Amino acid sequence: MLELHQVCKTFNPGTVNEKTALNHLSLTLEEGDFATVIGGNGAGKSTMLNAIAGVWPVDEGSIRIGGVDVTDLTEYRRALYLGRVFQDPMVGTAGDMTIEENLALAARRGEKRTLRWGIRKGERGQFKELLKPLGLGLEDRLTAKVGLLSGGQRQALTLLMASLKKPRVLLLDEHTAALDPKTAAKVLEISDQIVEEHKLTTLMVTHNMKDAIAHGNRLIMLDAGRVILDISGEEKKKLTVPDLLARFTKASGEEMENDRLLLA
Amino acid sequence: MNFFTALLAQMPDAVAKGLIWGLMALGVYITYKILDFPDLTVDGSLCTGGAVAAVMIVNGIPAPVALVGALIAGGITGAVTGILHTKMGIPGILAGILSQLALYPINLRIMGNRSNVSASVDASPVMASIRYPEQTCLIALLFCVGIVLILCWFFGTELGSAVRATGSNPNMARAQGINTNRTKMVALVLSNALVGLSGGLFAQYQSASDVHMGRGAIGIGLAAVIIGQVLFSRVRAFGGQLTGVVVGAIVYYIVIALVIRMGLNTNDMKLISALVVAIFLAIPYWKNNLAQKNRRRNSSADGTDKDPAWNRRSNHA
Repeated sequence: MLELHQVCKTFNPGTVNEKTALNHLSLTLEEGDFATVIGGNGAGKSTMLNAIAGVWPVDEGSIRIGGVDVTDLTEYRRALYLGRVFQDPMVGTAGDMTIEENLALAARRGEKRTLRWGIRKGERGQFKELLKPLGLGLEDRLTAKVGLLSGGQRQALTLLMASLKKPRVLLLDEHTAALDPKTAAKVLEISDQIVEEHKLTTLMVTHNMKDAIAHGNRLIMLDAGRVILDISGEEKKKLTVPDLLARFTKASGEEMENDRLLLA
Repeated sequence: MNFFTALLAQMPDAVAKGLIWGLMALGVYITYKILDFPDLTVDGSLCTGGAVAAVMIVNGIPAPVALVGALIAGGITGAVTGILHTKMGIPGILAGILSQLALYPINLRIMGNRSNVSASVDASPVMASIRYPEQTCLIALLFCVGIVLILCWFFGTELGSAVRATGSNPNMARAQGINTNRTKMVALVLSNALVGLSGGLFAQYQSASDVHMGRGAIGIGLAAVIIGQVLFSRVRAFGGQLTGVVVGAIVYYIVIALVIRMGLNTNDMKLISALVVAIFLAIPYWKNNLAQKNRRRNSSADGTDKDPAWNRRSNHA
């Protein structure tokens, strides 16, 4: 479903700030795979997701989604295939627009924007039904501006928007990192529900090792812009945090240096 | 004649000007408020609209057709700014300044290398004239109502929603498959078309187009938008907001009439409108600073942060 082949990206080439963020990274996700992605700061986790989403062009390599080569497509064209949720709850929704307007925008993802009404007949009812299972009471606030919602509510709404038009691949970029533990757990639960319900192929970046182990059927560890560990199936189910730390040291040849990753 | 009767006698003129410039302010609202793009093209495109309309009228073309010409000409200037910004990567504010700069000689050429073209009410049938301010009010009001209705419709459509999303959160817009370069282009063309239309009507009203007629237009437009927002701060509906912009333009010109009566000249008004814009833009900033100061005081008292970053309302909401 998703194929990254020898993808390279260097930021600020030729300057003192030169940084190789992706170094011949290759990764293949099968349909229905739910892979969690971990790694230290600067390992290339978010960069990999941005490369898939087409935020900027990659230097080398190719990216295919569902068999389609999207390497040269712009960000908004790739949106046809992708659902995305970001670390910052402000990024995924339009704060000046209402809940129903945001959902209607998401319902047209990848379609041409015409001069027909932005919200069609019957859509409001559908939106209500979709919002109910979240259990946040948003179904009664369709005409409230999204800017009035809390971070957790905005992330839940963004998740719904990302899955409203079934994407080929769902990209979750540390989408619970900016939330308090209780809200984060709730948003993760909703993520699991949505992924399960639509059988979505998913990449979820997290800095929390426990979450990385508990969710999904695959675990991918990045270091210095490439995949150093890829664990799946029964092997993943039996993983523990100490296991993961030991395997990181073995694979990368260094101690896990990232406090945030250790303490999480 | 005492002060008030004299002022009252000037009201039709002030309201007519306010309604005509209200069209221009609606254009500024589209870029400044909806797209979040400070577009300085307007100082040039207002004159482009005026010049095109005046030249067409002088050449015997009916005034309504001349206004369509002004609308299209304004739209083209917006497209130029859009191309500078989206295809050439020039920052928005600079793209507008470049267009404005380039439009000066173009406006002169449209007017046949003259600094003004007279389109007198005596020589040709026009739709607006300073000699008949009451009739002009009616015509300009019809235009304002029509444009407000059209904008209400447009920004409710899929394309209009996409433009609003682009202004509110361009990252989100792209993630939802919106071509933000295209939506920016749409907004800039629409905005400057309205500014051109306003210029076309204003040239008829003052019986001439003048190469300097757009100087400081952005200041008037911003003042109208901001006055409208203050006066209509409780109105949430989009149509109400747009109406507020037109009312803001009328209030602006009534204030001008008042100030001129009190002995200042029109040039002083530029200073006053700059002050009005500056103060009204500063008020939310000061309010915010004050609120933060209070919050800090409260949270240091019990040692907890009551407002973690993720729970705070979006700044531009």
